[in-house]
Amino acid sequence: MEYIINLFILFAIYGILAISLNIVVGYTGLLSLAQAAFYGVGAYATAILMTKFDMNFFFTVIIGMIVCALIGFIIGAILSKFKGDYYAIVSAGLTIIIFNTLLNCEGLTNGPIGIFGIGRPTLFGFSFSSNINFLILCVLTLSAIYYLNKHLVNSSFGRVLKGIREDERLVRVMGHHRKTPKMLSFVFSASLTSVAGSLFASYLMFIDPMTFQLHEAIFIFTIIIVGGLADLKGSMLGAVIMISLPEILRFLGLPQETAAQLQQLIYGLLLVVLMYIRPQGILGKYRM
Amino acid sequence: MSGILNTKNLSMHFMGVKAVDDLTVSFPAGLATGLVGPNGCGKTTLFNLISGVYDPTAGEIFIRDKGFTRIKCTKLRDLKIARTFQDCRLISQLSVEDNIMLAISKTGTYDSILEVGTEDYEEFLDHILETISLSHKRHELAENLSYGQRKLLEIGRALASNADIYLLDEPFSGLFPEIVEKIKSIINDLKAKHKTIILVEHNIALIKEICDNVVVMDAGKLLKQGKAEEVFADEKVKHAYLGE
Repeated sequence: MEYIINLFILFAIYGILAISLNIVVGYTGLLSLAQAAFYGVGAYATAILMTKFDMNFFFTVIIGMIVCALIGFIIGAILSKFKGDYYAIVSAGLTIIIFNTLLNCEGLTNGPIGIFGIGRPTLFGFSFSSNINFLILCVLTLSAIYYLNKHLVNSSFGRVLKGIREDERLVRVMGHHRKTPKMLSFVFSASLTSVAGSLFASYLMFIDPMTFQLHEAIFIFTIIIVGGLADLKGSMLGAVIMISLPEILRFLGLPQETAAQLQQLIYGLLLVVLMYIRPQGILGKYRM
Repeated sequence: MSGILNTKNLSMHFMGVKAVDDLTVSFPAGLATGLVGPNGCGKTTLFNLISGVYDPTAGEIFIRDKGFTRIKCTKLRDLKIARTFQDCRLISQLSVEDNIMLAISKTGTYDSILEVGTEDYEEFLDHILETISLSHKRHELAENLSYGQRKLLEIGRALASNADIYLLDEPFSGLFPEIVEKIKSIINDLKAKHKTIILVEHNIALIKEICDNVVVMDAGKLLKQGKAEEVFADEKVKHAYLGE
């Protein structure tokens, strides 16, 4: 049972990551690889504030969101001038910068050793220390983020984002701005990603910089490609598939090294097959 | 300035190519003006300058007597100008309804975040969809429409902006006669409402039928402007454009 609960917690955390990324990639058409950076900042904000300042988890979530929004605002302002490959390269650069910062600012982050002893959340005396309670918190958070994003993508602002992903100039001729929506979708995505980072840090009670590298950004990207671009339910489905896959391999009884290689092979094969038969992903509504 | 839309010494040069060259022209308010000329004479470039797609190399554009050295695309709606494109530009992975809504919905970031659904615009949307005969395709993606329906949708989007000045770039090209008739009737309705229409079109018969005035361009310059009959009877126009 604990195993299933752990799995569902990961579904929820990666569901949040995927939904947040889908706003930028699926709905706005921007190839962002910055997700791991904001995931890391959120996780470290919670880890540092809880362990060094004994702060309540929920305050650390808010502070993490603010910090990510600020970073997102600065980087988003620069990125809003770009589209396509350039956007991907600059956003990947941010992930690399943040990873190196987490790795080298040893005074604050403990460098490669990471931070241990991060606590579980408590709220008005109620503790989320058991995994089942933590799962409830994750599911509630995922639901809130899902409905918040559902409102956003169904609003006129969401329509403008969908317009921008195809034809920025046409959207401008219709009287809408392009840079502000692009930047805001990035900032919004960054702050929501931070929430996933906070939950992840508190769930594992330990983090190190290795989790927040470029391959993690590519993994989250793969989740939304598989689940579906421009579809929130697709994001969650993608998270379930991509998290379940290595778990299924675990039950096949393969040697660990073979399973790890096979996992990469299946991820690659899945992407190739999907790109061929359904480029918008399983539930997706947008083809790149 | 005699017209609602005027240009004064307007130029647009691309790497030495003078697409629009020192053009001074006037488009009268409330009338349909045909903008004609051989391919590459600068008609679409002029539309792109008026709609802010390009910034002019030199000169000025006057809209309701207010001069602009460049027009921002995003200000077109405020200036009550709508345009269509020669190559029919739609957001192909959005529905017919959403394509039209882009021209209607609020433009301010915070207002647009709070605006959900189409309830406030339902009556207007129904009217537009009925006008362009696409009510039955309301929720269809634009990419699934036929070429004629795409052209109609683009015109519907222009109508939805409720502009005073319509820049229509070859709206009849490649269409079946029944859709041509439909678009003609939409333009005639606009004329009846005293909207200003500037129509780029190669079909002289259609220009003569629809337009009150004609502007002929050649090599980025104004060749002739006036009533359709007198313009097309002009020897210079016959030689440069009609090849007679």
